[in-house]
Amino acid sequence: MLVLVEQSLNGLQFGLLLFMLAAGLTLVFGIMDFVNLAHGSLYMMGAYFAATFVAWTNSFVLGILLALGATLLLGIALEFVALRHLYGRDHLDQVLATFGLILFFNDAVRLIWGPAGLSLPLPAWLTVPVQIVPGVFYPAYRLSIIVVALAVAALLYVVVMRTRVGMLIRAGASNREMIGALGINIKLLFTLVFGLGAALAGLAGLMQAPILTVQIGMGENILILAFVIIVIGGIGSIRGAFLAAIFVGMIDTLGRAFLPDLLRMMLSSAAASTAAPALSSMLIYLLMAIVLVVRPEGLFPAAKR
Amino acid sequence: MKKAFWLAGATVLALAQPASAGDTIKIGFVSTFSGPTAVIGNDMRNSFELALDHLGRKMGGKPVEVIYEDDGQKPDVGKQKTEKLIQSDKVDFIAGYIWSNVLLASLKTAVDSKTFLISANAGPSQLAGELCSPYVFSTSWQNDQTPQAVGTYMNQKGVKSVFLIGPNYAAGKDMLAGVKSTFKGQVVGEEYTVWPSQLDFSAELTKAKNSKAESIFVFYPGAAGVQFLNQYAQAGIKAQIPLYTAFTIDELSLPLQKENALGVPGAQQWVNDLPNAENKKFVEDYRKKYTGLRPTFYGAQSYDAANLINSAVIAVKGDTSKKDEMKAEMEKANFKSVRGPFKYGNNHIPIQNFYLQDVVKDADGQLSLKTVATIVKDDQDRFADKCPMKK
Repeated sequence: MLVLVEQSLNGLQFGLLLFMLAAGLTLVFGIMDFVNLAHGSLYMMGAYFAATFVAWTNSFVLGILLALGATLLLGIALEFVALRHLYGRDHLDQVLATFGLILFFNDAVRLIWGPAGLSLPLPAWLTVPVQIVPGVFYPAYRLSIIVVALAVAALLYVVVMRTRVGMLIRAGASNREMIGALGINIKLLFTLVFGLGAALAGLAGLMQAPILTVQIGMGENILILAFVIIVIGGIGSIRGAFLAAIFVGMIDTLGRAFLPDLLRMMLSSAAASTAAPALSSMLIYLLMAIVLVVRPEGLFPAAKR
Repeated sequence: MKKAFWLAGATVLALAQPASAGDTIKIGFVSTFSGPTAVIGNDMRNSFELALDHLGRKMGGKPVEVIYEDDGQKPDVGKQKTEKLIQSDKVDFIAGYIWSNVLLASLKTAVDSKTFLISANAGPSQLAGELCSPYVFSTSWQNDQTPQAVGTYMNQKGVKSVFLIGPNYAAGKDMLAGVKSTFKGQVVGEEYTVWPSQLDFSAELTKAKNSKAESIFVFYPGAAGVQFLNQYAQAGIKAQIPLYTAFTIDELSLPLQKENALGVPGAQQWVNDLPNAENKKFVEDYRKKYTGLRPTFYGAQSYDAANLINSAVIAVKGDTSKKDEMKAEMEKANFKSVRGPFKYGNNHIPIQNFYLQDVVKDADGQLSLKTVATIVKDDQDRFADKCPMKK
């Protein structure tokens, strides 16, 4: 029973991390109607910035804040220099251009930081396991990911649902021509939204960095999951991304944790332990396929266009 | 135009030296030079180049040309590159191969064309057993051998139970099977993770922790090993259950693993401090030539591969068309390996020692690997009798 609690926390933590990545993607995709494959590169840049700034400043918190700012600026610069010329083009052009950006970022990172990767060590106060219920210890750092991601979700909710900027963002998602006609500076709004998306990707990357290694191409594997999430959740919907991310995180983790035992009832032990990880990673795509059949718009689609 | 020029040149040369098969020794080298595991490929290339430097960039009196190809860690790409090297570049030897799955995909092309293939890392069980070939040699090991040595060491330490974790692909299965084949205690659990996309091992670590096993064995090469050690330490399991590894900690991953790797034992057939003259020269010159870098076992195997090829070319005085003679010479392992004792079994997999390695701080304050003891001597892999080639 306690194992179930712990594995659920693992799933929740993974899901919330995916949410931070997917939230930025769904903002940009849903509101600007822009397919940004380079979102994973921004995630990678966030991690590299964090590893560099933490080493420079010798302070974990300060380094992370600097890295967050740097990714935000990078996102804005990227939008300004390259991406704003692509809004009017069709999705295929955007995919090609942003795929080029992936290659560009990977090589830029190789040039600046070298091919070996970096590590982002945690401060001592984050490496201790914390007792959350009697008998269950959970790594403090993973707990902090849960807390930060929930805070981000709450903040996004407030910004999008309760502020004027949020109102414009929502309006832009439903009808971009209309809010342009109302005299709103849609260009500036898009730049801001893109910067926000970039910062969210960077935040996901830098939060993930101490758990994983900071390395070239680290954003590519996880980006596919982020796309799956926004398809399941409904493109452009923050709420959808949040729930779908937790869904996907839970299914992935609990599948890996408990499928082998279930399969062992039917198969030999060796066959079960090899089949289970393959099956549990398929479950996510199965879920996506079912959602697409039953509700092509996703589970919680944003307001109709 | 260019092609015609070369064709003309080649014809002239062929007429001038009718006895020789070609005026250069051509070697194809397939490894991973892009993506996160490019550091391994770079180390293999660096060491291969260093070996050529030491040989005066000549073999049997002929200049050597090496063509490096990137497999991107993908079996299909590796196969294509192998085909290209053999069919259009017409190489005399092909070497490299980090990944078991890439090697297995490329193997048939090399064997069918009767091109000598020297695996400088990958050692899938099939290669040692039913797929062994007169044209295929290894300068590394069979995948199971290193974890078998770890299992033997765990017996020596009196470990009663173990939880196994590894990636779900050819080498991962071989590694875990290797430990199981020698470990005398109880295997309480066995987990495979999706390779190479799964980066988070929280579910597996939670299971290991709750399994009440006395120890954990893990195999994760490259960056995944760094991630695993990070997560293992952060989850607080390091203080509770000791870890044993194969191929998880090496000179490439150590700078990223840092303190997490201290006190985690592993087995290896080559460690940088092995006390023989060839190894001293290899390690010292490597550090001199590539400042800031340290050679790894991947590099040591590539260095040996170059020397193995050299021995064969010398034996036929540079006439690489004499395949049978080259094969006979390579079977003698007539070169000085940087790992010390080295001979070949019937399946062309080395019979060699395996050492216990530990992580220590070396003279200049950097973390480094150190040989602690010899775990097994003259170890032959356990698939040798499945190989139809007999001695």
